[in-house]
Amino acid sequence: MTNGANGIAIELRGLNKTFGRQQVLRGVDLAIREGCTTVIVGASGQGKSVLIKHMLGLLRPDEGEVLIYGKDLLKMNRRELNETRQNFGVLFQGAALFDSLTVYENIALPLLERTKLSSGEIHRRVREKLDLVDLEGVEEKYPAQLSGGMKKRVGLARALILEPKVIFLDEPTTGLDVKMSKEIYRLFEAMQNKLRLTVVIVSHDAPKIFKLADYIALIAEGKIQGCVPPEEFQLSSNPYIRRFVEDTMGNIYASGEIKT
Amino acid sequence: MVISLLNRIGGWTIENLDRRGQETIFLFNCLLASIAPPYKFKAILHQMLFIGASSVFVIFFTGAFTGMVLGLQGYYSLRQFGAEGALGSAVGLSLIRELGPVLTALMVTGRAGSAICAEIGIMRNSDQIDALECMAIDPHKYIMSPKFTAAILCIPLLTSIFDVVGIFGGALVGVKLLGVNEGAYFQGLYKSVVWADVYMGIVKSLVFALLMVWICSSRGFFLYMYKVGFGSEGVSRATTQAVVMSSVTILVADYLITSIML
Repeated sequence: MTNGANGIAIELRGLNKTFGRQQVLRGVDLAIREGCTTVIVGASGQGKSVLIKHMLGLLRPDEGEVLIYGKDLLKMNRRELNETRQNFGVLFQGAALFDSLTVYENIALPLLERTKLSSGEIHRRVREKLDLVDLEGVEEKYPAQLSGGMKKRVGLARALILEPKVIFLDEPTTGLDVKMSKEIYRLFEAMQNKLRLTVVIVSHDAPKIFKLADYIALIAEGKIQGCVPPEEFQLSSNPYIRRFVEDTMGNIYASGEIKT
Repeated sequence: MVISLLNRIGGWTIENLDRRGQETIFLFNCLLASIAPPYKFKAILHQMLFIGASSVFVIFFTGAFTGMVLGLQGYYSLRQFGAEGALGSAVGLSLIRELGPVLTALMVTGRAGSAICAEIGIMRNSDQIDALECMAIDPHKYIMSPKFTAAILCIPLLTSIFDVVGIFGGALVGVKLLGVNEGAYFQGLYKSVVWADVYMGIVKSLVFALLMVWICSSRGFFLYMYKVGFGSEGVSRATTQAVVMSSVTILVADYLITSIML
């Protein structure tokens, strides 16, 4: 896969989506920069997960374009879409582990189905990813036997197994206690320092998630209200961003304004 | 008022045509995935064990008692005309042409079809199918094709078991309990059952297998399309609907095939 124009990995242009009578997206424009971590924040029900599903090609917009490294996802045939998706790693909100497979089989599945690697090599790679997410001795367990945090870590290992260029994390810390959330953030930071991947995170865990972000995008009223670095986000004059910052971080962070 | 009514009818028609279209594309994709290599032998064997081998016990008992009831009812009906000798023929033809394929398909729908719908529905509910698509693994190939292949292979075999056990069940009641001549029972059966009857039974069981696995898996796969609810309640309603729809469709298809092939 070639690099996108101006270092843009994913670009959404004028995305509209309606479910029944509810219009969720009203002309979303967003650019995800290569090698950066972009966090999409917003209140519940604003369409954060819908946005990520459009980027993955799981939902088709009523109008608009989804460009992946400059190529329109909506015009791709099945084979091209599969080739594009091979560059994606996804951690779903509930981890979406295959409940009838063991942890080892879950992580090895993409390698078994998509590559012709030997079983020894597959074993080595699975072990490597399990080490990366600090999991040991759980290979033969089933997802139902794992805690929420462990499931997320297995999901992260599976998302990384095909060595993707773009990682999508949908609410990576939802349902986890503070300690486990910190652990996930620590793991993510260590991984990102090592790999420098293009990462899209959907989260409502503000302001903690800001520490990981290179860019923060707020979705409100079906539109992206701004996609800026964290410092700029906290000082933005956009009323939606100001309200979000006040609600999640308190007035102190929204007291100054950035002059452009 | 009239425009609003027309709007509603139009909306309903478009929605239903869209659903039927998606289900047809789903069937086409599943059949294509089942025919095209590489074949998932291990997964197919696993599904054959679940759909086929695990159903043998229930098919054996259903077949035996259906044959026994046919023997009993047939004996008292035929005796009025002094035609007890035709019992073997009556039992055999009823089983091979109609009851074998229909009852086997209905029993497998209740036992395995419901499980297929629930399994796929839970996978849809917990994003497992989306996860497969994101890993560029075709869910039609990975999840559906072993179920389609196993159902199409196993249901005709289960129907054969049903027919044979039913015929011997009829013989047990007719010959051993009611005193019909054993030779007359089997000779009547041998003379009246021709290849066309067996062929009709096989065609029916193949069509019913396809209908059962298609309806049950598509109800789970398109869980949200049918607006039956969310979460576990949605899965349970979809499963109930899948079993009811499969059973009714099997009976309608039975009539259509019989009217075409007779």
